Amino acid sequence: MSAEQIRKLVVLAAIWAALLLAPYWMVPLGGYTALATRVLVLGLAAMSVNFLLGFTGVLSFGHAAYFGLGAYGAGLTLKFLAASTPLALVLGMLLGGLCGAILGTLIVRRRGVYFAMVTIAFGQVFYYIAFQWSSLTGGDDGLRGFSRQPIDFGLFKLDILSSADNFYYFVLFCFALVAGAMAFILRSPFGRTMIAIRENERRARFLGIPVERHIWIAFTLSCFFMGFAGALYALVNNFADPRGLHYSQSGDFVMMAVMGGMRSFWGPLLGAAVFVVLQDYLSSITVNWMSFVGLLFVLVVLFFPRGLLGFLQRSKA
Amino acid sequence: MNVLEINNVTKRFGNLVAVRDVSLNVAKGEMCAIIGPNGAGKTTFFNLISGFFPPTSGNIVFDGRDITRLSTHERVTRGMARTFQITEIFPELTVFENVRISAEVAGGYRLRPWISRSEATKLHAGVEEILKLVSLEGKADRLVGELAHGDQRAAEIAMALALEPHLLLLDEPTAGMGDQETFQVTQLIRRLHRESNYTIVLIEHDMRVVFHLADRICVLDQGRMLAQGTPQEIAANETVQAAYLGNAA
Repeated sequence: MSAEQIRKLVVLAAIWAALLLAPYWMVPLGGYTALATRVLVLGLAAMSVNFLLGFTGVLSFGHAAYFGLGAYGAGLTLKFLAASTPLALVLGMLLGGLCGAILGTLIVRRRGVYFAMVTIAFGQVFYYIAFQWSSLTGGDDGLRGFSRQPIDFGLFKLDILSSADNFYYFVLFCFALVAGAMAFILRSPFGRTMIAIRENERRARFLGIPVERHIWIAFTLSCFFMGFAGALYALVNNFADPRGLHYSQSGDFVMMAVMGGMRSFWGPLLGAAVFVVLQDYLSSITVNWMSFVGLLFVLVVLFFPRGLLGFLQRSKA
Repeated sequence: MNVLEINNVTKRFGNLVAVRDVSLNVAKGEMCAIIGPNGAGKTTFFNLISGFFPPTSGNIVFDGRDITRLSTHERVTRGMARTFQITEIFPELTVFENVRISAEVAGGYRLRPWISRSEATKLHAGVEEILKLVSLEGKADRLVGELAHGDQRAAEIAMALALEPHLLLLDEPTAGMGDQETFQVTQLIRRLHRESNYTIVLIEHDMRVVFHLADRICVLDQGRMLAQGTPQEIAANETVQAAYLGNAA
């Protein structure tokens, strides 16, 4: 094994150790477990956006739509269909992913700014549906009246509602599944065609890659991941909010990805952590917390164009 | 047997006729060079062959099949590979990774979410063989973006070769290169033709390169096929001399 591979393994082990022990080190540092849970869920969403942005090279500015659809899918399942957390997660993911698959066919022929614009436009359609269809979605007040249910393992039930630690580990398990799936895809021949498209679309086309079809697959996969993250988010809050579908939410996800480092797999998680912790801390001091986050974002983009993680990696190398 | 048959192809852009009624046959194993003054329609002609856009009229037959309406990637899948005047590579990947992507696509793995160890070993051996063929075996782990111009061109050609093409289209392979690099790339193309028997069509500005390499030369002028023949015939052709001298004057 080369030194490079060993270094990567050590870093990976450190990341997972930090995540596994988060409830134990967050609290002494003045945090709380639910904050770590939010970081994981929003981090997963930012990683899903980055699956497209960082590894296929297309910028979706409407991904919150699929996140919000996942949240509503999970909420509506729990409220009207069945009191089952796993079913809520699956249906939430399917709702986000399938809507992404359908709209993706219309989106993938566009490039650059036009791609971003079309994704915003379709995203806003879902926002207005959630906003207006009050009888089903609760409109501006959001969807209430559901809560995450204990996980039934047959022999015993895992209480994820009242125990913050149990819920954290449940979310971490889900996070590990999806992050593992992403990493697996990125290391596959298909994943390498995504990177080929990011690096040079024309060359990819002249290698015989049907570029639009591959972007569509990447887009659809990323919408499934996004829907899953959204479904988890509904479980975190026991609430689904139309603002979760809004393009400003999409902007937040892009910001997390870029701030953390969009060329790296883990960068968006770091970006989400910085974003969520700053939001939590600053919003207790000032209502203008976003201007401080924005300032940090500008500084990162200006001085560390590869994001916080990109900067850390470089200074180590 | 002809690998490529182009029959009476015309391409119009509005009022401009960029390529006018051009026909060309390329036999298996042949090296055919396309020359002509600037604006003669060489690149448009190349783009018609590789499928950037369809011709206004005429048809293109590749390996006995009409491919006139096929898209770029369908033509590549059938064995047509090309390089560009301005090198098109994946700059932030290594030489090995560049060629591996190409080999994986050619091997039919592009949609696969996984690849078995034995398949990967076989692919890697193929990639290394191609790198040796283009003399890049010592630079496999270097980022392509950091290589010298001539080596980048060799890497681009290696990616094309990994597609196992029946026809190699090279658009000005020595464009923007110094003497040393031009020599290096010319030697490479010569080897591919003489030793590996690739069928090659290339556009070239550098007359030394053309007369050194080609079995046959086609001269385009103002979208028309002015003359075709061996290098000796073309050198002696008065119409060709007039076109070049007229253009220079």
